[in-house]
Amino acid sequence: MHTKTLSELSRMLDSGETSSEELTRETLDRIKAQDSRYNSFITLAEEQAMASARQADEQRASGKASALTGVPFAHKDIFCTRDLRTTCGSRMLDNFVPPYNSTVAEKLDEAGAVCVGKTNMDEFAMGSSNETSYYGPVTNPWGDKLVPGGSSGGSAAAVAARLVAGATATDTGGSIRQPAALCGLTGLKPTYGRISRYGMIAFASSLDQAGTLTRTAEDSALMLNAMAGFDPRDSTCMDRAVPDYTEGLNNDIKGLRIGLPTEFFSDDLDPVMAQQVREAIREYERLGATVTEISLPHSHLAVPAYYVIAPAECSANLSRFDGVRYGHRCENPQDLNDLYLRSRSEGFGEEVKRRILVGTYALSAGFFDAYYLKAQKVRRLIQQDFIQAFEKVDVIMGPTSPSPAFAQGDKTDDPVNMYLEDVFTISTNLAGLPAMSIPGGMVNNLPIGLQIIGNYFDEGRLLNAAHQFQKVTDWHEKAPEGAV
Amino acid sequence: MSISKEQIEQVAYLARIQISDAEKSALESKLSSILDMVDELQAADTDGITPMAHPLDATQRLRPDEVTEPNEREKFQKLAPEAENGLYLVPRVVE
Repeated sequence: MHTKTLSELSRMLDSGETSSEELTRETLDRIKAQDSRYNSFITLAEEQAMASARQADEQRASGKASALTGVPFAHKDIFCTRDLRTTCGSRMLDNFVPPYNSTVAEKLDEAGAVCVGKTNMDEFAMGSSNETSYYGPVTNPWGDKLVPGGSSGGSAAAVAARLVAGATATDTGGSIRQPAALCGLTGLKPTYGRISRYGMIAFASSLDQAGTLTRTAEDSALMLNAMAGFDPRDSTCMDRAVPDYTEGLNNDIKGLRIGLPTEFFSDDLDPVMAQQVREAIREYERLGATVTEISLPHSHLAVPAYYVIAPAECSANLSRFDGVRYGHRCENPQDLNDLYLRSRSEGFGEEVKRRILVGTYALSAGFFDAYYLKAQKVRRLIQQDFIQAFEKVDVIMGPTSPSPAFAQGDKTDDPVNMYLEDVFTISTNLAGLPAMSIPGGMVNNLPIGLQIIGNYFDEGRLLNAAHQFQKVTDWHEKAPEGAV
Repeated sequence: MSISKEQIEQVAYLARIQISDAEKSALESKLSSILDMVDELQAADTDGITPMAHPLDATQRLRPDEVTEPNEREKFQKLAPEAENGLYLVPRVVE
């Protein structure tokens, strides 16, 4: 059953072919037997999962089921889950058991989905290789020494290894799409404000957005249906109706106008990557789409703007971890200052500290205008590029990441080189636009991602375009050895 | 733009992060390379551009001034490293 998609499992539960109890038991057993190879889970929720499974079976029996009722899935360990440890991949929160649910957890609970555990991630979602986690690196199921990407590397590895059919994830600069690309999955980062951030541990609040990691676009639509919507507890959440995202999946995409930014296909891009991505786009032309070259002239400023804004917001958000109210506290503090200093220095890992320092510097007296304000202005220039582009095209396509999965340890000593992993994904976070990564081909026997960027709140069109591609290609069905 | 050891010490203190002497030189070069990279921003022409804080330029909603959340002090204080009689305990601050 582990090879089934969320949609297939939903149909099997509906027809009575299996029960949630059986499915959940099997899922937990498989994770326990196999996850030592991947390290994709931090915490398993065995008892809670079995209890929700039994409840889901009762709901199904009484005819009150939604599509996801009884279907097992995993949460990235950044979403607060009531009475279930939530670490955010950090020693700081090693002992943190939230007294409340994030809105995303609440909504998936209400939909009857069964959370089997919490997935590994880069510490506080800061990283592109899942090597900064306090709980150790995650291994990409596509190769023993390969990174799964990050920060949602645990969610991606768990879905790629067929341990779960779907997982929640978050994307601040590419943390859903880049792992999706490196693990051969379908990843969706919705429009900023589409899904509530309440109870999702904050990294950079003006960029963070929750989304999904699944194998197919159809499954992504199912999860988005359950997760999207207005929430008064998140003041940046948008009050807009949520359509049924599965409804438009089968629309004809004849006449879809695709824009290819010249900046995404520069000479810096590995020719083999470029060729695979162009080949995938040719598939769209065969489906009746038209392709035009466009320009996003401020693209080269996206990474620099991001590495001011994200660390600045992170340094403010992470100031809440003070060793007083929850989280890690050092032994025998001499005075209050010593308590702050040592609790934070012991609780945070290297990359998190580095970003806090960069952010504190950018926000400190005398530097605010030159860094944060400047970056916010550049952010608007980047957004304006997209707004102009969307006057001429419906979606924008290009590579998700510069290369397929790379080896563990390859980029850990050079932060700037690691930051360039997200060179194609960051600009959409800055603009707040929705984007997906879908399996678009193979390079050196490893999956690569095709990125599809849409206009604000155009998730339906992205999912439609992704689904139509998946109907005529089988890249999304490729599985790593040992997973099937 | 490079950052000096003294600046790192000052920023680290502001952020309440302790850095050992051994860590300082490695940090100096890594932070300087990050700052060099972000300095590309300075070349951008941003005259007359309004800084962007929310992608959809949304503003804060107002709500009626009503008590909506229950008091759950005990539940929250169970998470604290040290709490007593409804208070969070820290080393003595006022002599």
